[in-house]
Amino acid sequence: MPEIKITPLGAGQDVGRSCILVSIAGKNVMLDCGMHMGYNDDRRFPDFSYITQNGRLTDFLDCVIISHFHLDHCGALPYFSEMVGYDGPIYMTHPTKAICPILLEDYRKITVDKKGETNFFTSQMIKDCMKKVVAVHLHQTVQVDEELEIKAYYAGHVLGAAMFQIKVGCESVVYTGDYNMTPDRHLGAAWIDKCRPDLLISESTYATTIRDSKRCRERDFLKKVHETVERGGKVLIPVFALGRAQELCILLETFWERMNLKAPIYFSTGLTEKANHYYKLFITWTNQKIRKTFVQRNMFEFKHIKAFDRAFADNPGPMVVFATPGMLHAGQSLQIFRKWAGNEKNMVIMPGYCVQGTVGHKILSGQRKLEMEGRQILEVKMQVEYMSFSAHADAKGIMQLIRQAEPRNVLLVHGEAKKMEFLKQKIEQEFHVNCYMPANGETATIFTNPSIPVDISLGLLKRETAIGLLPDAKKPKLMHGTLMMKDNSFRLVSPEQALKELGLTEHQLRFTCRVHIQDPRKEHETVLRVYNHLKGVLKDYSVQHLPDGSITVESILIQATAHSEDQGTKVLLVSWTYQDEELGSYLTSLLKKGLPQSTA
Amino acid sequence: MASSRAGWWWDCKSHEALGGLRAEQEGGERDIPVNRAELSMKLYCLSGHPTLPCNVLKFKSTTIMLDCGLDMTSTLNFLPLPLVQSPRLSKLPGWVLKDGSTFLDKELKECSGHVFVDSVPEFCLPETELLDLSTVDVILISNYHCMMALPYITEYTRFTGTVYATEPTVQIGRLLMEELVNCIERVPKDQSAFMWKNKEVQRLLPAPLKDAVEVSMWRKCYTMPEVNAALSKIQMVGYSQKIELFGAVQVTPLSSGYALGSSNWIIQSHYEKVSYVSGSSLLTTHPQPMDQASLKNSDVLILTGLTQIPTANPDGMVGEFCSNLAMTVRNGGNVLVPCYPSGVIYDLLECLYQYIDSAGLSNVPFYFISPVANSSLEFSQIFAEWLCHNKQTKVYLPEPPFPHAELIQTNKLKHYPSIHGDFSNDFKQPCVVFTGHPSLRFGDVVHFMELWGKSSLNTVIFTEPDFSYLDALAPYQPLAMKCVYCPIDTRLNFIQVSKLLKEVQPLHVVCPEQYTQPPPTQSHRTDLMIDCQPPPMSYRRAEVLTLPYKRRYEKIEIMPELADSLVPLEIKPGISLATVTAVLHTKDNKHVLQLPPKPLQPPASKKRKRVSDDVPECKPLKPLLSGSIPVDQFVQMLEKHGFSDVKVEDTAKGHIVLLQEAETLIQIEEDSTHIICDNDEPLRVKLRDLVLKFLQKF
Repeated sequence: MPEIKITPLGAGQDVGRSCILVSIAGKNVMLDCGMHMGYNDDRRFPDFSYITQNGRLTDFLDCVIISHFHLDHCGALPYFSEMVGYDGPIYMTHPTKAICPILLEDYRKITVDKKGETNFFTSQMIKDCMKKVVAVHLHQTVQVDEELEIKAYYAGHVLGAAMFQIKVGCESVVYTGDYNMTPDRHLGAAWIDKCRPDLLISESTYATTIRDSKRCRERDFLKKVHETVERGGKVLIPVFALGRAQELCILLETFWERMNLKAPIYFSTGLTEKANHYYKLFITWTNQKIRKTFVQRNMFEFKHIKAFDRAFADNPGPMVVFATPGMLHAGQSLQIFRKWAGNEKNMVIMPGYCVQGTVGHKILSGQRKLEMEGRQILEVKMQVEYMSFSAHADAKGIMQLIRQAEPRNVLLVHGEAKKMEFLKQKIEQEFHVNCYMPANGETATIFTNPSIPVDISLGLLKRETAIGLLPDAKKPKLMHGTLMMKDNSFRLVSPEQALKELGLTEHQLRFTCRVHIQDPRKEHETVLRVYNHLKGVLKDYSVQHLPDGSITVESILIQATAHSEDQGTKVLLVSWTYQDEELGSYLTSLLKKGLPQSTA
Repeated sequence: MASSRAGWWWDCKSHEALGGLRAEQEGGERDIPVNRAELSMKLYCLSGHPTLPCNVLKFKSTTIMLDCGLDMTSTLNFLPLPLVQSPRLSKLPGWVLKDGSTFLDKELKECSGHVFVDSVPEFCLPETELLDLSTVDVILISNYHCMMALPYITEYTRFTGTVYATEPTVQIGRLLMEELVNCIERVPKDQSAFMWKNKEVQRLLPAPLKDAVEVSMWRKCYTMPEVNAALSKIQMVGYSQKIELFGAVQVTPLSSGYALGSSNWIIQSHYEKVSYVSGSSLLTTHPQPMDQASLKNSDVLILTGLTQIPTANPDGMVGEFCSNLAMTVRNGGNVLVPCYPSGVIYDLLECLYQYIDSAGLSNVPFYFISPVANSSLEFSQIFAEWLCHNKQTKVYLPEPPFPHAELIQTNKLKHYPSIHGDFSNDFKQPCVVFTGHPSLRFGDVVHFMELWGKSSLNTVIFTEPDFSYLDALAPYQPLAMKCVYCPIDTRLNFIQVSKLLKEVQPLHVVCPEQYTQPPPTQSHRTDLMIDCQPPPMSYRRAEVLTLPYKRRYEKIEIMPELADSLVPLEIKPGISLATVTAVLHTKDNKHVLQLPPKPLQPPASKKRKRVSDDVPECKPLKPLLSGSIPVDQFVQMLEKHGFSDVKVEDTAKGHIVLLQEAETLIQIEEDSTHIICDNDEPLRVKLRDLVLKFLQKF
């Protein structure tokens, strides 16, 4: 039986390092190629030696698909393509293609220039890697080769994020990447049609969370920021340069405007302006409202939000600073955090998920004494708030997507095992489909049972539909044909055509039965009696009395002759072909019972 | 006894007619009457304008409208709508018939020997009576110029379907419509001329009014609510997106290289492919290049929207445009460029961006005046995915793809919604003004024609190819200003077409009749027509073409359970057969074959059965048989099964096998077997099964 095999090299019962291998109908596709923010050793990248120990990866993979620009989905790409070696096509959407190299370069700089690592990918490698990228449009069907096609759907989450359908023949897999089922201030909601894939591979970051309304969270967030600023405190919001940053900027910008607040808002890193520029140029990927009004007012041109300078961190008085990266694991956000952590007037708001091992994760799990580099202990007195603004689907959203796509199987990745387990049960209960959650390196096998497409001759199809039209259009129609299998082509034709194509002639098998009837009347009178009798019994059949004295019931012929020896007995000849056997046989037994007297 | 049996036999012979009866009923496939309408493919041609097409394709069970172009050349017969009172236009004399009757002098005005209708300009609509437009399932739009009649179709007929277009097509199409409506509504005209349209009256008018076609079909412009309603029926699609229509047909837009979001369309089923090519370009301007490869292997290729100026080279025209512009400005004159608010203007601004510094024009103001100027300039920058590779690369940097962003930033290019308001304060001469409408009948351009027409220092440069510049200028004559004609039409020319057709090799080409003969003014230029084999089928307005194609197969899916139950038999080396008896389900034009349901056991009933209860319910389908029966082996088989008195007689065509005791006779010939027996059902069934052992089932 045909099967689809899925092996996560990353994101199997884990968040980070997304990388999932899919084998479908003889094609191998790699979904995402991410890095793990919780590790600084070999484990930060997926173990590509799983694919092959010594050959070129190109020989084993038909294509690579990147769902969006977050580094846990594309961070290992230059390593994979340039250092391990892959020359095949890499697919991603236009915004992802535009933004991904910038984040990769940023990542490289932090790793090589700041941490001093060697044996890391270089800027040139990022460029060479991006040359292998083919950009795709939403909903465009991309023919990777003759059999393999992929199609991108809008995923929300971040600018350019996409879900991908991978299809070979009738078998298909949908990979969601990260997605968001509720529209936010700058992005739309994920959408997919009822494509009924054999397998849906879904992220499950918030497998067990059902978030309260977005409005409440926003109000909460604004209230906290406002209060802190009012009492003269500083607010640090660690974010990634693109994504939630823009969402929260829009939120604060409109709030500052409405409340007429004066406290400065800063956005760290030189990336900001550039990042916002991407949003302006790819405005077609944002939500409806922003797209509609961008000519009058571009939402990504901020009045209140200024570029941050490192010196500002020591300025007295309140301020709000957006700083990268989002998990407080390195860079400017961590620097500012160390400066402000000691003051209880200040606040850090973590707006997104934090991977295990990061400072963000530690403080969110309640740790207040952190061991920093050089054994230094940092005491955290500032308030720590967590507010889920990350644009992932929650449990409700995941169920909603499953309902939309109607998959035959579901496989969960990009989540924590315990939470996945819970969601898995829920999915199996509600949708009665199998749900899988392989760990990294584990293979899940899904059996598919595809129907077989064949070519049917129009004559045969029309014949059957025509017959079906007569009695009851809703009644299923029975059809009889011959399936001709030659090389790899399957054609369903009428038996006549099959015979003809093979140069064979039909062999006609015919039966004629003699039925003796006691009837002293003249032959034609007997015939008339038989005719009336049959007409009375076989209401739904075409019974005809032909001029030559014979009777037909459909294609069955009945003739009467006198018995050569006994004038009181008439002989009925009933004749039919093999194809009409049922009716012919029925008629003979019916006539054998004799004629009812009343029909005389 | 033997003789009487032989008599039986001859009686039965006369029943051979029965065989013919069956054949007649079931027939070969050729004889099955199929719904012809469903098998033919028809093209209804609703527009006669080759670059503003409107065709309806009936294909399989779908009805697809291809574009709805609006022929605006009709407006050339009208007087311009001036934004500010024009003494010249209002003083034009009324037109008087030769016999001196003046009843038309309110409706028709004369200017320099030409007669114009003094009324709100009207447009020539596509045919609306050739077929019932409520039957149109979908409309496919290929580019923003070819959708201008959309509100007339969606809001003025009973059309209820869906419209498909790319996002840039929708957005820019909206801008074009907005500009059109705005320009016309801004100048309210209380007069609506109708008398001249009377057939008897029209006959008396001078050319070209006399020859104007379909004047009864001319309509006033639609309104903004109608535009919005029409656009709300559009579903946006992307290049290479496969869109299923009722499961019967798949349509796919492909990049056509002509404008932002412009597309050609593939309309196909599993077995047939129709390509609709409309407004395509192979030149490298700003849009994504044309996708030619996907047009290959079409059964029919419908070709519209070729260049309207086949003799002009767009590159040369751009050069002339720049040099004429520079010359005029250097001499202290103003330049007027009548244009659409989107399209070629982006390319012209880009050329000027590179040109102005070297030509010493850095201080000359460029004005772009249109109610949608700002929107158009903004929108052009956000369609990165629809742009050529170079521009895409710029967006990745990220930089705006078009340099007019920089022209605006440096104040070299200024845009205004109209001549009123800010513009009148900022206006400095000499300058260059880009404004619409290219017909010179409405829009801000009318004002500049009136303003600058009297001075020979000024120049009007025509770049849009849709209107004859001489006709456009007629109501402004006599003119002192210079007129330069630099039509820039990047659409395919005939050389490119013939190369394209050689490349993609469609079986049949269908095109407007204008493309099958040289242009009327250049009848010797036989190179200015489509040359292909077989020759193209041509259409004209209001014609219905039956397109050649032959459909023989359809896709059907065999469900896995049914597939498992099939028993393939190798009949010849490499060819296997399996007889299939299955239930056919058809839903949304998709066909599926399933295992037939197991016959239900009739519930045991104690009631006395009526005779009719036993009547077979539906016709069970028996296979056809093939093969022949070797008599010797058959006799051996009979003997093995206990028939001891088998006798074989030879006949002319075969044999007769007699079972004397059973009074049964089996006639065996090459292609037939006839079992004649008394009504002894068990015997008949037994003989049948023995015969079937020698035959193959189909």
